[in-house]
Amino acid sequence: MEIHIPTPLRTYTDKKETVSVDGATVAEGLAALVAAHPAMQQHLYTAEGKLRSFVNVYLNDDDVRYLPGKEETAVSATDELTIIPSIAGGTPSAGCCCR
Amino acid sequence: MSLKLSQQLYDELRAHGEETYPHECCGIMLGKTSEDGLHVASLVRAGNTRTDSAHNRYHIAPQELIKAQREGRKTGHDIVGFYHSHPDHPAQWSPTDFAEAHWFGCSYVITAVEKGKAQITNSFLLTGTGEDDKAFTNQHITVE
Repeated sequence: MEIHIPTPLRTYTDKKETVSVDGATVAEGLAALVAAHPAMQQHLYTAEGKLRSFVNVYLNDDDVRYLPGKEETAVSATDELTIIPSIAGGTPSAGCCCR
Repeated sequence: MSLKLSQQLYDELRAHGEETYPHECCGIMLGKTSEDGLHVASLVRAGNTRTDSAHNRYHIAPQELIKAQREGRKTGHDIVGFYHSHPDHPAQWSPTDFAEAHWFGCSYVITAVEKGKAQITNSFLLTGTGEDDKAFTNQHITVE
């Protein structure tokens, strides 16, 4: 399976945009990615081992968080995983308190 | 490291903020990174999913990010940054912008839109290696 790496995390995958891994589930694929590129661990997971809240993982076009099996969802060699950090923001609710 | 984009793209992202006023606009910048800066090749307008508070919040659906990333891949471009507007607020990043910023090495462009008219446009480069040491750095915009 191929895992697509977003721009900011390619620093930790030797600049690779796509990493090929083996794994029977989403979790195994991500584990293989971290095994090959250990620095990814802290950027994907919290100290408790949970996916960081702002890290989205998509299996093809589906958000893994909303799949029935979540990270234990089975995958095939032709599936694609995409890691995509969230993007959001906005103005202060009252006045400007920008730092 | 400056942000480089054409006059057309610069005008386009500012116009987007005027069109969505009094709501925030948001979009994705595709391009390439080189030693002398981030070069924007195209913009992808995104819908603001924060319909509950679109006047002061924006959020780009991950599906739109993935779609943009796929499109960029076809032309050899990457996501190099994002833009959004601050309706009736300065073109400075807010605590919300900072808390929600996770694309290190990418540009965050903000256009102040006052009473429907685009004013100042600023860019901030997200530097650091993680949530513990991240920072927004003022980034020069070069309109070519």
